[in-house]
Amino acid sequence: MSDALCFGGGVKTQLIAVVVMWQWLKQLYHRLGSPKWFYEITTGWIPWLAVLSVIGTVVGLVLGLLYAPADYLQGNSFRIIYIHVPAAILAQSAFMMMAVAGAVYLIWRMKMAAWVAKVIAPIGASFCLIALLTGAIWGKPTWGTWWVWDARLTSMLLLLFLYFGVMALQQAMESEDSSYRAGAILSLVGLVNIPIIKYSVEWWNTLHQPATLKLTEKPSMHPDMLIPLLIMIVTTYVFFALLVILRTRNEILWHERKRSWVKQILES
Amino acid sequence: MHPKRKKRLTLILFMVLGVSTAVGLLMYSLSQNINLFMTPTQIASGEAPVGRTIRAGGLVEPGSVVRDDSGLGVRFVVSDGMSEVTIAYEGILPDLFREGQGIVAMGKLGEDGVFVASEVLAKHDENYMPPEVKDALEKAHQNGKQALEEARY
Repeated sequence: MSDALCFGGGVKTQLIAVVVMWQWLKQLYHRLGSPKWFYEITTGWIPWLAVLSVIGTVVGLVLGLLYAPADYLQGNSFRIIYIHVPAAILAQSAFMMMAVAGAVYLIWRMKMAAWVAKVIAPIGASFCLIALLTGAIWGKPTWGTWWVWDARLTSMLLLLFLYFGVMALQQAMESEDSSYRAGAILSLVGLVNIPIIKYSVEWWNTLHQPATLKLTEKPSMHPDMLIPLLIMIVTTYVFFALLVILRTRNEILWHERKRSWVKQILES
Repeated sequence: MHPKRKKRLTLILFMVLGVSTAVGLLMYSLSQNINLFMTPTQIASGEAPVGRTIRAGGLVEPGSVVRDDSGLGVRFVVSDGMSEVTIAYEGILPDLFREGQGIVAMGKLGEDGVFVASEVLAKHDENYMPPEVKDALEKAHQNGKQALEEARY
């Protein structure tokens, strides 16, 4: 055993590494279930996340709006991409996170997961609305129409309605527990819409163009235009994390308000 | 894992799988209706109903755009590389309407095979680049394929 540890790369070593990582993940998972632990550990993150969001937004928008070259076909109107694409990506990621949190609540009955799902819903819906509105504004000068019922646009609108549905269910019933469970089930059912949004532009013919950023291929965008877009996407994730953490902390304080550790915080 | 939790997990997995299968089959069977437009090949093969409002889409054939001497009338040919369809339209075309670019037209297919459009929308692709790069690409394209490879970013 000790030999295997000394000479890295052996199957045994890898196995041990996997087991150690698994144990660590399990520990992290159990800790995440503790509102107090979450509240304490995120206190120090907030200023960093806030500063990063501001810097990222300023740098990304200045680079994208002022320094990126105009597009050969669309001229300056393509620049709305720096809001539209990050918002659309986040709207979908947030839905997936909400569904995962919902599943965790359904399976393990972890209160924290329910609160996180509840907190994500309106944030994700906002990003979804931003994506739809900026898309309409982009569509008018380029396509010649605000809206068309193609597969991409329609499935994105469906995502917004799914968000509204989840939000409504999360507050629909007398008991918080059954409301959260109903919301979690709808978010898991709605998960099927995510691949439909993603592949709508490939499966069917649509007015919306296919994806520019692909995991397997080189992005079909000039680097001077691409870098601000990547900055904006990462920044939007950071901003999303900030919002989720801030609102989850509020949920924690409210639900745990009778606990002594919360009383201590409120008094000081 | 606790057996109760395991049961819940399998239940959720089956639910997600079941819903996905149902929606997948539904989407597959409805794909004709989900498609926004018909391609020139579909129209040429007689799939498109004559006299009913449909959408047709494809690339504007370079050199095919003929404008009326008076008025806003315009005729152009749209192709998908296999077949072609002639579109007649009267009205203002979107700014992005160009030869070689994609369009989606809404209108009716006439008996003579000409598609009379009441609305023309411009499609753009997923490529974004500054005009200089586009010019360089085009120049390189004329100079041969090898030069094209070099001009790429």
